[in-house]
Amino acid sequence: MLSAKVTCNSHGQDSSYFLGWEEYEKNPYDEVKNPNGIIQMGLAENQLSFDLLESWLENNPQPSAFKNHNDQSIFKELALFQDYHGLPAFKNALVNFMSEIRGNTVSFDPNNLVLTAGATSANETLIFCLANPGDAFLLPTPYYPGFDRDLKWRTGAEIVPIHCSSLNGFRITKSALEEAYKQAEKQNLKVKGVLVTNPSNPLGTSLSLHELDLLVNFISLKNIHLISDEIYSGTVFSSPCFSSIMEVLKNRNLMNTEISKRVHIVYSLSKDLGLPGFRIGAIYSNDELVVSAATKMSSFGLVSSQTQYLLSEILSDKKFTKTYLSENRKRLKERHEMMVKGLQKCGIRCLQSNSGLFCWVDMRDLLSSNTFEGEIELWKKIVYEVGLNISPGSSCHCSEPGWFRVCFANMTEETLVVAMQRVKSFVDSMVKKSIQSRHQQLLSRNSRRSKSLPKWVFELSFHQREVAADER
Amino acid sequence: MEASNNNNRSLLSKIATNDGHGEKSPYFDGWKAYDANPFHPQRNPDGVIQMGLAENQLSFDLIQEWIEANPNASICTREGVSGFKETAIFQDYHGLPEFRTAVANFMNQVRGNRVKFDPDRIVMSGGATGAHETLAFCLADPGEAFLVPTPYYPAFDRDLRWRTGVNLLPVVCESSDNFKITKEALETAYEKANLANVKVKGVLITNPSNPLGTFLDRETLKDVVNFINDKSIHLVCDEIYAGTVTTGDEFVSIAEVIKDDPACNLDLIHLVYSLSKDMGFPGFRVGIVYSYNDHVVSIARKMSSFGLVSTQTQHMLASMLSDDKFVENFISKSRIRLACRHDMFTRGLAQVGIGSLESNAGLFIWMDLRRFLKEPTFESEMTFWRIIINEIKLNVSPGQSFHCSEPGWFRVCFANMDDETTMVALWRIKSFVRKNRNLEIKTKKQFWQNNQHLRLSSRRLDDILTPHRMSPHSPLASPLVRAQN
Repeated sequence: MLSAKVTCNSHGQDSSYFLGWEEYEKNPYDEVKNPNGIIQMGLAENQLSFDLLESWLENNPQPSAFKNHNDQSIFKELALFQDYHGLPAFKNALVNFMSEIRGNTVSFDPNNLVLTAGATSANETLIFCLANPGDAFLLPTPYYPGFDRDLKWRTGAEIVPIHCSSLNGFRITKSALEEAYKQAEKQNLKVKGVLVTNPSNPLGTSLSLHELDLLVNFISLKNIHLISDEIYSGTVFSSPCFSSIMEVLKNRNLMNTEISKRVHIVYSLSKDLGLPGFRIGAIYSNDELVVSAATKMSSFGLVSSQTQYLLSEILSDKKFTKTYLSENRKRLKERHEMMVKGLQKCGIRCLQSNSGLFCWVDMRDLLSSNTFEGEIELWKKIVYEVGLNISPGSSCHCSEPGWFRVCFANMTEETLVVAMQRVKSFVDSMVKKSIQSRHQQLLSRNSRRSKSLPKWVFELSFHQREVAADER
Repeated sequence: MEASNNNNRSLLSKIATNDGHGEKSPYFDGWKAYDANPFHPQRNPDGVIQMGLAENQLSFDLIQEWIEANPNASICTREGVSGFKETAIFQDYHGLPEFRTAVANFMNQVRGNRVKFDPDRIVMSGGATGAHETLAFCLADPGEAFLVPTPYYPAFDRDLRWRTGVNLLPVVCESSDNFKITKEALETAYEKANLANVKVKGVLITNPSNPLGTFLDRETLKDVVNFINDKSIHLVCDEIYAGTVTTGDEFVSIAEVIKDDPACNLDLIHLVYSLSKDMGFPGFRVGIVYSYNDHVVSIARKMSSFGLVSTQTQHMLASMLSDDKFVENFISKSRIRLACRHDMFTRGLAQVGIGSLESNAGLFIWMDLRRFLKEPTFESEMTFWRIIINEIKLNVSPGQSFHCSEPGWFRVCFANMDDETTMVALWRIKSFVRKNRNLEIKTKKQFWQNNQHLRLSSRRLDDILTPHRMSPHSPLASPLVRAQN
């Protein structure tokens, strides 16, 4: 009686990514009211710089009250404004902001910008424009779990993974691109393009110039599209600095060529400004046909005019945007360091990263077996016993088990400290259990060192092992 | 260049390059004429008056007053900023609970509290536009069809078909029946689909109707409910104009009909709502999918990720719509103002013998201009429409853009302008009719003979008032205009 879309599960909500959320909702951590609850570390939100926005709002009461600079009410004009071309003042301010994030090395034309209800809608709309049902897009793994829904569910498009490996820091390689393309051909899927997230979710790294060049070469050769989801571009807090795909096109003198028409950017204010509730997304394309089609499609998910007006005022305040971007980066960097160091103390490494709201954490040594079953087993322990909702790499389609995305910007510093303490206790207890079990084995067998111990036991700092030995 | 353009087009999807967006329709030429030469009472008094836009601009003052009196409703004012962070990070597709409750409350009040909507069934969407597309995605697969009574809102062709691949098949309604939806018309449409091997998944009705401005009586609604239950197909009721019914208590929502019908399979019933018409907020993109089918609610909610309502807007509306006193006052004042404007307009038209379908809802009237057509054909309708745009300088909407089966009907909007502009529009119409009496092909007697059953307005042609003598607050009672034989 209902459509196939209703009865299938391409909305992806049965994935573990979402199940961890459900557990969190049943038992959410609160410093005071529920100190033993689950800490949400699976939500890539930026909560570090709200005070800056709040103080701007307090000092600029007019836009929120639907008033213009002359203190006249523009409520009626805003309430009636449903033009899918978007509020010109907002689009101008937004492209300037995008430029500013890229160090003004590139400029964007507001006429090539299409506003959508969040990046979720932007990505889906672009796929509707570029792919027919059954066509495929290649995506480097690991990737944001929501793409399975956003790119495939209602569009009927397919995703074919470009496998990236920890051996080279999950960088995109030429052979991985070629291999993915071949795989698609084997499955009789027509490849329409590549979609990358830059900076990457879940890796927290920005694409290198080499990777960007590879991508441009690849799409040029295969005559396909490139979508660059740059929603984390404002979260780059340390070197190497962010290079947008547009800069690469510019530097290679490819602007205004056929290739540049096949490059499209997705942006949003959900991560950089921390405003996911306001549903502000955008598509930027150099192809007027894409802009035209996407603009019409945006009717299905326009940005509220009330929100467009408010943000046009905020983003036009250059003094504010400059301060915000630099302060926000500084705070992200500090928070990132706190997490990396906190994990280091437990003997846990992270992929070296320079951006994003999360770390890509290497917990392979904590696995009981180097399999995805082992990963899920560990994940369940972390959710239920340690009380942290983190995201297992398998939910991000990582090809190797043992990696987890752990968010750090959606909580207070105090909560992060608690989270790190819990991790330490967990790791210490695993060491203890492991040493006790080894002791048991030694007692029941001969003194030959058992090879069955996980190798992380031997990699722990000398100090920790001594402590563990003492506690025994 | 040509080759590269073709190459570009082939690199895009079929959806991106076909005309499913519907914007190539001549319907948009009127808009273009308006955009090129928009009327302004002082700056451009000879410009084109926009009468093709179904907007409700009559009651903004009431809302503005409320906003000034309630600064904490905005999370961005000093008074409300403490709520800024929670609201700005809230992206749960269930929506703010207080928003859902307030919307359900508003929907109840619009229906005189004769029904009670469940806030947990309220699902957000990107306007009614998004709601319709979402329901089409949920209820039908590509190639399957919905039956829609004609005439219908032109953009349904885009909203229900473009990206979904679903078809729309007409249920032909005729002027001889006052465009009522009949059982026979429904059955005929269903049979036709069967013969063409097209699977029908449901019926879509707009109640009150756009473009007719009428609402369905209880009997017709029951017939429709029986029809869909009999065929085991869905019923989508678009009730976005529910609050514009000037005789409020007479409106019957589908929610009321199914309440009294235990035999109805509730899994088949779905509503579309929006605040764009009743409150005049098209810019805020508040669309609602309301389904009695739990599975549809669940999936539509997941799909709402593609078109959630900004929490800034949710927060403000939660506050506004839970103010019962404000809501009651707004609904009743809005109805009165719509009634007055409707009355002013229909009387003005009647003064030059232009009739319209008797109506008391919507933001427009369904004007009968059949006698102005050279021939009873759609080509003639188009020709006359261009005259209206280019000579009378009014953008009205020709019936064929609504898939009307008979030429000569036009939708004209009356609530998207002030009184002064309404006067100017009426004056232009009257002047035109006076100057062009030779356009009227049929004699009055012949006209009435052909249309005895149709309830229309009429006045003597010579009885023309200038705009300045016509009072919108005329004590001449009822907004309903009746035929005089």
